[in-house]
Amino acid sequence: MDGGELAVRLRARDHGAAAAVLNLVENRTPPARAAAAELLRDLSPAALGGEPAAHVVGVTGPPGVGKSSLLSRLIAEWRSQDRSVAVLAVDPSSRGSGGALLGDRARIEHDPADERVFIRSTASGGRLGGVAPATRAAAAALAAAFDVVVIETVGVGQSETDVADIADTVAVIVQPGSGDVLQFLKAGIMEVPDVLVVTKSDLGGAAARALADVRSALASLRDGDIPALAVSCLAPPTGIAALVTALDAHRAGIDLADRRIRGRRRQALREFAAEHGERGVRALGGQRAVERWLDARDPGLDVAALVDALERAAGA
Amino acid sequence: MSDAPPARLPERDRPWMMRTYAGHSDARRSNELYRRNLEKGQTGLSVAFDLPTQTGYDPDDELARGEVGKVGVSIAHIGDMRTLLDGIPLGEMNTSMTINATAAWLLALYIVAAEGQGVPEAELQGTTQNDILKEYLSRGTYAFPPGPSMRLIADTIAYAVAHVPRWNPINICSYHLQEAGATPVQEIAYAMSNAIAVLDAVRERVDAELMASVFGRISFFVNAGVRFVEEHAKLRAMAQLWDELGRDRYEVADERLRRFRYGVQVNSLGLTEAQPENNVYRIALEALAVTLGRSARARALQLPAWNEALGLPRPFDQQWSLRLQQILAYETDLLEYPDIFDGSLVMERLVAELVEGARAEMARVAELGGAVAAVGEMKASLVESHRQRLRAIESGELTVVGVNRFQSSEPSPLTADANGGITVVDPELEAELRAAVAGWRTERDDGPVSEALAQLATAARDPSQNIMPASIAAARAGVTTGEWARTLREAFGSYRAPTGVGEGAVAAGGDLEALRDEVERVSDELGRRLKFLVGKPGLDGHSNGAEQIAVRARDAGMDVVYEGIRLTPSQIASSAAQEGVHVIGLSILSGSHAELIPAVLRALAQAGVADVPVVAGGIIPEADADALRELGVAAVYTPKDWELNRMLADIVALVGERAGAGAGASGSAGAGAGGSASADADAGGAP
Repeated sequence: MDGGELAVRLRARDHGAAAAVLNLVENRTPPARAAAAELLRDLSPAALGGEPAAHVVGVTGPPGVGKSSLLSRLIAEWRSQDRSVAVLAVDPSSRGSGGALLGDRARIEHDPADERVFIRSTASGGRLGGVAPATRAAAAALAAAFDVVVIETVGVGQSETDVADIADTVAVIVQPGSGDVLQFLKAGIMEVPDVLVVTKSDLGGAAARALADVRSALASLRDGDIPALAVSCLAPPTGIAALVTALDAHRAGIDLADRRIRGRRRQALREFAAEHGERGVRALGGQRAVERWLDARDPGLDVAALVDALERAAGA
Repeated sequence: MSDAPPARLPERDRPWMMRTYAGHSDARRSNELYRRNLEKGQTGLSVAFDLPTQTGYDPDDELARGEVGKVGVSIAHIGDMRTLLDGIPLGEMNTSMTINATAAWLLALYIVAAEGQGVPEAELQGTTQNDILKEYLSRGTYAFPPGPSMRLIADTIAYAVAHVPRWNPINICSYHLQEAGATPVQEIAYAMSNAIAVLDAVRERVDAELMASVFGRISFFVNAGVRFVEEHAKLRAMAQLWDELGRDRYEVADERLRRFRYGVQVNSLGLTEAQPENNVYRIALEALAVTLGRSARARALQLPAWNEALGLPRPFDQQWSLRLQQILAYETDLLEYPDIFDGSLVMERLVAELVEGARAEMARVAELGGAVAAVGEMKASLVESHRQRLRAIESGELTVVGVNRFQSSEPSPLTADANGGITVVDPELEAELRAAVAGWRTERDDGPVSEALAQLATAARDPSQNIMPASIAAARAGVTTGEWARTLREAFGSYRAPTGVGEGAVAAGGDLEALRDEVERVSDELGRRLKFLVGKPGLDGHSNGAEQIAVRARDAGMDVVYEGIRLTPSQIASSAAQEGVHVIGLSILSGSHAELIPAVLRALAQAGVADVPVVAGGIIPEADADALRELGVAAVYTPKDWELNRMLADIVALVGERAGAGAGASGSAGAGAGGSASADADAGGAP
């Protein structure tokens, strides 16, 4: 288990290393954790001399809206632009037994012979639908080798917030006839998406109504600059190229380094709090003090390094 | 007692139609088999097609590899269909074809073959199974998405009612639902809901005045398990519900058109590999379930062979089952009486109970938006019922003689011959048929073929057209099965049915505790949760076993990757590598294990994950199992391994051993793929 060697392979854009990277970051044995830390350190912005160029995209939405069908079409579109794609599918199906049935892979159409597409399903484990730490670490690592890294999560709530901290662009997927997402948006439960996608536009009237509803809800929330798009994933698919353009436009319009740095700091704080609880945060002077403290750290540090630093500070 | 019916019929009833589900290899060999079967007193034909024909691939298609001529006969074009039916008088014969996704095509071929014999289509009698929903739910030989598939069904029904009036264009199948684990109530309710979906789809495509004859042409294909009293009640309940449905929902005035007509293949799910001779009794009792009461008696019956759980039955085994039907019909007094349950309070109550349960279940399906929309939910319910059944067998609550009780047995002379008492398809056959279809394509006249395919494509893309005329023209022109299906796939798109796993609740601990502890221990040793890939390579759609393994492995605490049916070896290998699994289980029931499992092993080596252990399960004869183990398969499981927990404990131990032996197992998976571990890292080291 050599984190350094894997980092070298990723930096050489060796897509075949992806599986081994996932095997490593998921591994909880002490030697594996040390190797994973080495891997992430070698791939941190500090080590790379800047943010990795990949576009990290979060795709999230309630069950049954057609996320996997949409991803199938998105993968085809990205591949037609010769971009390599890694998909990290977070499966919520983990239950009392600890085991999980990972079904996303089956639903995402892709060419198994294409080595520039990587798909990995991970159980969310005990994180109540949230994103497992391993997925966050994997996204950070794979961003060095792939052009697009997708994190797919189910549901709204915890996972959606997690994804917003990891991804450059978050696409929230809804389907016609379900008012849930609108309610969440209006009630402020859900953070504002960067791009909103209404699936099943082949349904005609219902889809058009849903799109109009979503647009008016978004307009009342922010300056109305959040694109809402309709797509159909049935043959022949429609709206996919426009969606990729919208995702790219969002990415081009943000201060990438700033968003990622703030995301990493929030993740570090959340991870620290998950591990050490409120007491741990209080020991550092409370939430706002920790935030200010994190703001003063080297912007090139990866999440693990930030958590490490917090733990040292708390222990001191 | 003047109102009481007479105790005897004035005239003995005519027996039901007797068939044997048969067909293998190529059209010529199957034709010989059919002629022999007809000589033995069989009164109808039941054609079994191979999986490539059922799913719309030519014998030389990559996806057909290992499956050509295996579970049935390969029919690639009109030449094959003519050979298959050669010398069989189609004006008199009643032919049942187990064909679904490609039913419109095989019906077209049948019509054109009859034309060649000078028999007009209006005189043809028979059945195309043509029930796609149960393919999504259980059997797996679908080809197109639900919308276009329902349209194809509606097209064949609309065409048959107008042009082939004695043909049963669809057989709504509850048979496969029971095989997938359905309870009697589920079997009734899902079959009726399915029929409603079909009838509603047809209603949009035919004139209103034709609906009564459409209703009258719908027949059913049911199952009968060994609980034969309840099973008989089930059929009476179906007859009652069907009559009501015709009267109330479709306003069919003529009572005769509302009669519940059904054919039967009795239960294969309950047939055992252990002490297989006992299956003869099971089959006999199941045959009683569908023949005992005159008012719900089967129109056609086909019985499985005693050794189906061992492999492909031989002609002798099928003859043995046919004789059972003949004894029942001609030696016993069964056909001399009116309905013997008429007036039975117990039977009445049983029926009422089932009808009530089925109505509730039908209402639930209707609430979900009907059978097409509810496929996912129905599938999940079936997986759950099947899981409960297996748990009951494992706990001993449900007795299966020779399996979980009365296991001690004398050695069986019936399975003592070299092949273990089964048919083995000639391994050279596939190559022969690949060459034959290629030869057909070079010898035919290309002009009419392209023209027919262009017209077929136009018809497929225009939902206002019926697909049958273009399909019949294509059959005449010499189009192949693969070409017909490809044209439709291009118009309709592809589809993967829901797997039904993942939604069910986790079983309570109980007997799983020890297994969970072991999974936990091995997972800790591995550093991450034990990850298990359950794969179904090839065209075989019988996924019930794989689903149960996947669900139980999840319940035992593993992370399970299950992608459903019809995977290529390279898909499985790519999944194994990318998902970083610790062990792979392959399930194959079509008899193509000898080709497909080695192909998966080669693909795994190519993907750099040859070190991941592979186990296999299916209907795998002992001689083949030895060969697979020699190739490196770690374990082979067959239907006699019915204790899932024990099987999973083996698999966990296998992973544990490898984890203990080979250090760094977690880092190796996938490391070999891609390969370019170039040391030239880009610039930009630490600032």
